[in-house]
Amino acid sequence: MTIAETRRDGMVQLDVEGRVDTNTSPELQKKILQAFQKGNTVILNLEAVDYISSSGLRALLIGQKTAGSKGGAMKLIHVRDSVRKVFDMTGFSQMLTIE
Amino acid sequence: MDRMQDITLQASDDTLYTVLDAIEAHLCKNGCPDAVKTQVLISVEEIYVNIAHYAYGGDKGEATVQMEVTQNPRICRVVFKDRGIPYNPLEKEDPDISLSAGEREIGGLGIFMVKQCMDKITYRYEDGYNILAIEKHLPLPEDIPPSESPGTGDTGLTHNQ
Repeated sequence: MTIAETRRDGMVQLDVEGRVDTNTSPELQKKILQAFQKGNTVILNLEAVDYISSSGLRALLIGQKTAGSKGGAMKLIHVRDSVRKVFDMTGFSQMLTIE
Repeated sequence: MDRMQDITLQASDDTLYTVLDAIEAHLCKNGCPDAVKTQVLISVEEIYVNIAHYAYGGDKGEATVQMEVTQNPRICRVVFKDRGIPYNPLEKEDPDISLSAGEREIGGLGIFMVKQCMDKITYRYEDGYNILAIEKHLPLPEDIPPSESPGTGDTGLTHNQ
């Protein structure tokens, strides 16, 4: 998994590529928390992610909780069908902001 | 029936990809469409990582993973065996997935996801082994739309970190 970061106007976008699993999700969690130190809005571009396990969901939940506590926002864009299915089965589709 | 060679490893995050790669290769060999393959791999990851983290109470121990694909009916079956603390994950209460982010606790989704992804899960404790088996029906090759045929999609299931 790789994560590329772009910053502009108080917004941080993370372009994630690869599988988000037990071994890679700690890095995603770290990048999300770092992003919230740089801006109040974090965009997660998941266009190149086809696989997410519960450890990846943990990273997203921590990100969403952080957004709530900071009065910020975390938005997910370009979510693919295989990841959308995981969000649907776990209630994350309703919990997260997916555009 | 096409049976994969059994895998016995010290269960840990470090050996996860060895298991996932073997399962994925066997699914591809048996014409499993990408969408089903992803659901099986997620389930295997969740169970294997549970064994690695909890079965031996913080110590290290082995896990054996067995897999077979039957053709009539077309079913993929994966069996996990460990000699850890007796534990039936099916007795774990399902999480409330209607809660908001603020109300949710961290974790607790793994086995629930396995239940959602797979068609059948069974557990038994026998001769000192936890034995957990998961099954998933595989569509017939003629029933798989061309867009979902094995290998036609970019599964993203590469293990580059």
